[in-house]
Amino acid sequence: MIRRYVPIALVVALLATACSPGDSNETAPSDTSTSTEAPDTTLPSETTTTEAADPDFPVTIEAPNGVVTIESRPERIVSIAPTSTEVLFAIGAGPQVVAVDSLSNYPGHAPVTDLSAFTPSVEAIASYEPDLVFLSFDPGDIVAGLDAIGIPVILHGTALSIDDAYTQWGQVGAATGHVDEAAAVVEDTIESIESAIEALPEGTDALSYYYELDPTFYSITSSTFIGGLLAPTGMTNIADVVDPDGFGYPQLTAEYILDTDPSLVLLADTKCCGQTADSVSERPGWDTLSAVANDSVVELDDDIASRWGPRIADLVEDVVVAILEMALADG
Amino acid sequence: MNAGRPSGTRLHWWWIGAAALVLLSAIVLGVMVGPVRISPYAIVGSMLDRLPFIEVDTGLSDRTEAILWEIRMPRVVLAVLVGSMLSAAGAGYQGVFRNPLADPYLLGAGAGAGLGATVAIAYGPSTSGWIIDPLPLAAFVGAVAGVALAYILGYTVRSGRTSVTLILAGVAVAAFLTAIQTFLQQRESDTLREVYGWILGSLNTAGWSEVVMVTPYVVVCLAGILAGRRLLDVLAVGDTEAGTLGVKPGRVRLVFVVFATLGTAAVVSVSGLIGFVGIIVPHTVRLLTSASYRVVVPLSILLGGAFLVAADVIARVAVSPSEIPIGVVTAMIGAPFFAVVLRTSKGVVS
Repeated sequence: MIRRYVPIALVVALLATACSPGDSNETAPSDTSTSTEAPDTTLPSETTTTEAADPDFPVTIEAPNGVVTIESRPERIVSIAPTSTEVLFAIGAGPQVVAVDSLSNYPGHAPVTDLSAFTPSVEAIASYEPDLVFLSFDPGDIVAGLDAIGIPVILHGTALSIDDAYTQWGQVGAATGHVDEAAAVVEDTIESIESAIEALPEGTDALSYYYELDPTFYSITSSTFIGGLLAPTGMTNIADVVDPDGFGYPQLTAEYILDTDPSLVLLADTKCCGQTADSVSERPGWDTLSAVANDSVVELDDDIASRWGPRIADLVEDVVVAILEMALADG
Repeated sequence: MNAGRPSGTRLHWWWIGAAALVLLSAIVLGVMVGPVRISPYAIVGSMLDRLPFIEVDTGLSDRTEAILWEIRMPRVVLAVLVGSMLSAAGAGYQGVFRNPLADPYLLGAGAGAGLGATVAIAYGPSTSGWIIDPLPLAAFVGAVAGVALAYILGYTVRSGRTSVTLILAGVAVAAFLTAIQTFLQQRESDTLREVYGWILGSLNTAGWSEVVMVTPYVVVCLAGILAGRRLLDVLAVGDTEAGTLGVKPGRVRLVFVVFATLGTAAVVSVSGLIGFVGIIVPHTVRLLTSASYRVVVPLSILLGGAFLVAADVIARVAVSPSEIPIGVVTAMIGAPFFAVVLRTSKGVVS
């Protein structure tokens, strides 16, 4: 996990700051074992110069918007992307963040401003005097505008796969001087998802799910990020017959959803549109669904479901728990 | 509207018969066809089963029965109501404003409903736990308020209160409300897709509760427009001339605007802004039969319902089991169809 050769003391110190409380028990043993495998850790020059001449910088990031060079450790980061905000705080770069957009509601102590993630303005961003900006999309050529005034920008668009997300987190780590913490967060997420999947009962390939983006039955196929995240559960996505490798966000008809009778209904419209297991059961005809009868309507957190930050592991766990509960009820 | 009347002004009974037949065929098609295949025999059996004293074992599961009765039927019925109302309102507006481009959204009903819906979606409380869903209510209030605003603005113009000043007031109000709506939509960008989906229009989530909600409005407003259709013919000769015939154009216009607005607001509140119906259906009727409103209004009601049911069938089966927004279908199928009617017809629009 930790690639660079550093003494155990430094590793321990790093872990103490990097890992959020609760995670430390899980990751500490594996980390110490990695560092003992690295025997020649006695180069004094590396250990003494942590802050003075930061060895992590300058750094070049091969971001989706091109190669971005960051000269020194950024201390005034502006994040115009809720996902980037979550990643920054998860890897311990929170103290370096001076402003986040109006939709960045997690974690709660992020410095929320009225900067818009949808129609950001170069001037409004520049007024925070950032030394690094994160964006998730580029409306009105914001990237070019920030480039023109010499502010480094990393454009991390919607992750298309989990690996894509992990790559982005790694880049956020490299860009902010938190390489190891980012690697640890990636490792944690992989482990959490794997252990959740291992906990699944037999026979999940006989199950199917309907994933609801809004109450007009917009859904996702397996070719989307969330679809890929849920693929290891073995369940069939009922939207896949619509366009298995197309655009990925079809609008289904109520008739079709009722007819396929998915084992699990996953609601990603609880916050946006106030949908609950109760409101689903009250929809005309929906009381005939097995998922409604079996209490298998899962209320997900829209925010987690629409981002590709470290909390995606929670989403997988929620779904796995729902499958386990269903299996328990059956058995 | 001083052009020739191709086929006279009388409403022939066979026109009504043909239009009713078209509507009936569309309804049958709408009930029979859907993403889920249900055999026609089972559908007929299931319908007979609902009649008192008749027991038919259709062999349909509870879920298929629910698909048929809770999802498909209300959707077809709602499409009839929405299509009829929008077409009648469009015909009414074209008459009172003597403007062939008038549609039900002319005086700001559409923009007002859009603003109302956006406010409800962006700032409304969570809809669960409400007795009345705030979204249709807000859309209804917005539509009525938009038209009222346009009417007051147009009516208080000092020089010459003609139909043109009213239309211009409507254009101004619509532009203003749309600007506010767009502003709010951009501010609350997390609700963008929901707002956008509503504006495109859909019958995807229609149920009997929506049908029950709009039916009283639609019945009253259709009856009102139907009853006054002769007055539309009188207005066609011009305000001054109509005045000499004992008709008060301003008052007639107000009555029609009230009926058309209430009806439009009601249907828009449950279906979103389905465009194009209010323009092409009355014009198609005009081109095929007569320019007299005694003919145009009743036939538009029948054929408007049929048109929207047919459009909705396409919306739900063309890319089944996925859905196309019905507003896209009405324009995509409606526009070429209208072009064909326009080219082949001998009738005169205006």
